Amino acid sequence: MERHFDQEFSGLKDRILAMGKRVENAIEAAIEGLVNRDQKSLEKVHKFEEEINKNHVEVDEACLKILAKQSPLATNLRFVISVIKVNADLERMGDQAVNIAQNSRLYIAHEPIKPLVDLPKMAAEVRVMVNEALQSFVSRDVDLAKKVLRHDDIVDQFKGKIFDELVEIMSKDGKTVKRALELILIARNFERLGDHATNIAEETIFDVSGKDIRHGPRNSSVAAR
Amino acid sequence: MTGTNQKPKILVRNLNFHYGQYHALKNINLNVDEKKVTAFIGPSGCGKSTLLRTFNRMHELYPKQKAVGEVLLNGKNILDRKQDINKLRAKVGMVFQKPTPFPMPIFDNVAFGVKLYERLSSKQLSERVEWALKKAALWSEVKDKLPQSGLSLSGGQQQRLCIARAIAVRPQVLLLDEPTSALDPISTAHIEELISELKAEYTVAIVTHNMQQAGRISDHTAFMYLGEVVEFGKTDKIFTNPDQRLTEQYITGHFG
Repeated sequence: MERHFDQEFSGLKDRILAMGKRVENAIEAAIEGLVNRDQKSLEKVHKFEEEINKNHVEVDEACLKILAKQSPLATNLRFVISVIKVNADLERMGDQAVNIAQNSRLYIAHEPIKPLVDLPKMAAEVRVMVNEALQSFVSRDVDLAKKVLRHDDIVDQFKGKIFDELVEIMSKDGKTVKRALELILIARNFERLGDHATNIAEETIFDVSGKDIRHGPRNSSVAAR
Repeated sequence: MTGTNQKPKILVRNLNFHYGQYHALKNINLNVDEKKVTAFIGPSGCGKSTLLRTFNRMHELYPKQKAVGEVLLNGKNILDRKQDINKLRAKVGMVFQKPTPFPMPIFDNVAFGVKLYERLSSKQLSERVEWALKKAALWSEVKDKLPQSGLSLSGGQQQRLCIARAIAVRPQVLLLDEPTSALDPISTAHIEELISELKAEYTVAIVTHNMQQAGRISDHTAFMYLGEVVEFGKTDKIFTNPDQRLTEQYITGHFG
């Protein structure tokens, strides 16, 4: 028997997906703004973030009402709890996209210190992670969630490589320090975006199986293998 | 306390109710909105069932019971003696806590009220019975045994039969007095789904001791205590952030 509140649950999924799309758009606008040195593109990030913040409040309100009125149990209860956590991740991701836009604005105000090669690749990886994490969550696809967890290692490797390269540039030329730091902060924010996508993937696994793998052996990506 | 900003089907104005010397309802004012579910919650003896019974003057079955004030249905005071009580009950149907099927075939249980109010051909009557049983989500379970006694059904089926009987006369308002308290969780879920469906066409007022049920199915909730309406408003609000401390204490189980 389909219950009346099943519709409310599918409504929550739609909201989370729409919110995730805005996060992807914000990431895209941020990296394009940086690579193309385009202020307008960076400004778009703030717009997306405002929308994400609005969604954040709406989803929390909807979850509160469902918990208060429907008294969900078992799968339904885990799902609502997971949505609350995913919602918080998505909101933070919006903030991180804004951080990237702000650092990018400072960076493009001056001459570039190097051609940007790895950062756009890292950003593309993160976008895929975000997309797949949310897909895995709404379609309850544990395999896809595990793929996201493995993907996080690639993003971490990018961060390490970018850090090393920028440290070298800074140590050779002291005048590049400020700009190199902006790029390091940008890389760090992309890495954080990947971490939030990982959180969402872990929520998928909790939602579907009831297993909490967040603080497993060494790290979650290992646990997912 | 009275406002829900919707279209009211029933308006209760300065209603007082006495069982002999006992003052059971004290100056009640509220609206029951059209095509919405309004739930009445509160501890036993708070007056919620009494209030519900005034909506179709069920209290008149008992001596020494007196309702003073106004209960306006479509703008007319139904407490007015000039209002025909039979016509009123055709407009305002009621289902009770314990299923009350008549000891007669399932078909006749549903047709019974219709025959009192309307002259239909046997084909029309059959169609009406089928329609009501379908609305009550019971048709598929009983369509092959309509001549069997209503008493042969399970408790949950009997209660849906009573709902079918109530809606067969095409009422405007449906009063439900703890309709699921004698039922198992599956039957309860069936009835709750049914109520959610019915509100597309009917105004529903329900008394329930099951707080979660009020939360799941109602649009508006009235919390009553000692014959008074303590708080009345949107269920969303009452269940997440009620204005009154007493309401908060009751719904969180910290009452008394």
